[in-house]
Amino acid sequence: MRIVQELLFVILFAAAVYLFSKKVRQIRRNILLGRDKDLNDHPDLRWKNVFLLAFGQKKMFRNPLVAILHFFVYAGFLIVNIEILEIILDGILGQHRLFVPVLGSLYPVLVGAFEVLAALVLAGCAIFFVRRNILKLKRFISKDLDGWPRSDANYILITEIVLMVLFLTMNAADQALQARGVEHYAVTGNLLVSGLFTPLFSGFSDGTLVLIERGCWWLHIVGILCFLNYLPYSKHLHIILAFPNAYYASLEPKGEMENMPAVQQEVQLMLQPELAANAPASDTMPKFGAKDVFDLTWKNLLDAYSCTECGRCSAACPANITGKLLSPRKIMMDTRDRLEEVGRNITANGTFTDDSKTLLRDYIKEEELRACTTCNACVQECPVSISPLDIILQLRRHLVMEESNAPAEWTGMFSNIENNMAPWKFSMDDRDKWAMEING
Amino acid sequence: MYIKTMAEYAANGETPEVLFWVGCAGSFDQRAQKITKAFATILDKVGVQFAILGKEESCTGDPARRAGNEFIFQMMAQNNIQLLNMYGVKKIVTACPHCFNTLKNEYPDLGGNYEVIHHTTFLQSLIDEGKIKLQGGGTFKGKKITYHDSCYLGRANDIYEAPRKVLEILDAELIEMKRCRSKGLCCGAGGAQMFKEEEKGTIRINADRGKEAVDTGATVIASNCPFCMTMLTDGVKESGKEDDVKVLDIAEMIAQSMA
Repeated sequence: MRIVQELLFVILFAAAVYLFSKKVRQIRRNILLGRDKDLNDHPDLRWKNVFLLAFGQKKMFRNPLVAILHFFVYAGFLIVNIEILEIILDGILGQHRLFVPVLGSLYPVLVGAFEVLAALVLAGCAIFFVRRNILKLKRFISKDLDGWPRSDANYILITEIVLMVLFLTMNAADQALQARGVEHYAVTGNLLVSGLFTPLFSGFSDGTLVLIERGCWWLHIVGILCFLNYLPYSKHLHIILAFPNAYYASLEPKGEMENMPAVQQEVQLMLQPELAANAPASDTMPKFGAKDVFDLTWKNLLDAYSCTECGRCSAACPANITGKLLSPRKIMMDTRDRLEEVGRNITANGTFTDDSKTLLRDYIKEEELRACTTCNACVQECPVSISPLDIILQLRRHLVMEESNAPAEWTGMFSNIENNMAPWKFSMDDRDKWAMEING
Repeated sequence: MYIKTMAEYAANGETPEVLFWVGCAGSFDQRAQKITKAFATILDKVGVQFAILGKEESCTGDPARRAGNEFIFQMMAQNNIQLLNMYGVKKIVTACPHCFNTLKNEYPDLGGNYEVIHHTTFLQSLIDEGKIKLQGGGTFKGKKITYHDSCYLGRANDIYEAPRKVLEILDAELIEMKRCRSKGLCCGAGGAQMFKEEEKGTIRINADRGKEAVDTGATVIASNCPFCMTMLTDGVKESGKEDDVKVLDIAEMIAQSMA
């Protein structure tokens, strides 16, 4: 019987790891569809960002109360996972609490600490659930989240709550069995949180207790393996991608817009035609700006998979606050949705087969792009170093440079700059009129 | 006071200490011209040797680039860089955060490397050096002032404290708006929005910001950007408080208070 359980566990575990790594490879392939960009300079500053932003959750603390709740869930999640190591080893080896003899008296202290964290995760998730569904905070009732994104968020919270309840119930039943000296149940001593509930199990028979303990054990670990495979389909993937995303975060001042060397060179040749003789010839017409996910950089696409749809960007966006169509969160969700669609297309056909759709227009409307004031509030707010602004600006470049598509006032502004060296139609000769007035 | 151009300095074989980059708004916009004049007056009073480019200055290309027109940006930028390098410019001060950001962060990629300073930071260093002295009491002593962080000085370049330090010497009461510093709300003009109608929404951004500033009870809104100046002035008008609440640039406030 034991060997059947071990075998079943190994098969389940291997299947979960296989499926997860398959999906991870697909996501990696999708991200690498993006334009190349070298983001490996200054590793010292990049690691600093990983520690401050990802491990330290620096940006989350812009709102301290939520930050503390999130920190519980985050720290709990990371640390409770150490406990899972023992569970997996027990599963494979058919043991029970493998680490009890190894850790001795340290064991109940350690597991007790995990239990406290589990309880905090439980409380945190419950409060988050209430904030989303009962208090209906503005950034959570946004129409950005209608449908799957709202359910996704709730599934995550419910799953975490259920997993923690299973973990604590399992330990409580375990302690009741230990107290009765049932074979196979190593004595751990009192565990901090579950120990409080052990008396509730006193009326049960040994058999029922074993059933509860084993049931919780299996549901807990199978739940975790399922959750692992749910991650890549969910916004919850941020728990993994927040780390690389912080590493590859832009180190430039936020106001700096990425240069376009192709345009730089073309204008240079226009202004100094004598350089043309030495200029390298290029056969391919360069593309200006971005129309679809392929034209964005791989960092933009990593951003899209890292977004957890928290909406801090949109809550700070002046356009969004004042009722415009633009929502930076939706820009990120659209980019991910389109990328997933492209990915499915590639998986089905081997290579990407034209589906006559693009990120621009089929997902993101011109009106959204036009509303951006480039104020950087979205970039500032994002706890995991996403830049919706970078995507917006690249799409704007496509509209203006590839399609000559700009509002009439902007077209006028462009020609004023070109002809009068100022965005307004004033004579260049009047540029120093104010100084003439002073000079007399 | 006589404002010299780089060309005049060059004709005498001299280079000034600093180039005052006026910017299109500072040159042509009637309201912003007052900021330009105020800042030039301060520079003159404290004896900073400065020049302007005059008729040779062009738009930095900021609004074109942010609207998506990289070609026009590159044309402006490369022309400006050629001119600045020809004059051997080392240090630039400007009263426009958009020009500041472009000159400081975007010109180096194209071969234009200068020390670029926003006028509020420059004013702070003049105060620190003891060069700016206020007349007894000062015009703004005891008045309630609220300061509007421009996006291109604040979030874009992390300059939040210099302008506030400058305001401190006015001995006024500085009241912060709820959305300030890195949480500041845009005036609505950035990203070339200044040059087109706002997209459809429930309220205009400058009306929202203007109301927030007025609601602090301040009688002066201090700004550091000619575009914020226009937007906030309209915003204050919209809330019907234009007689009670003035929008002033920090340079104007210092110029008015100097001995």
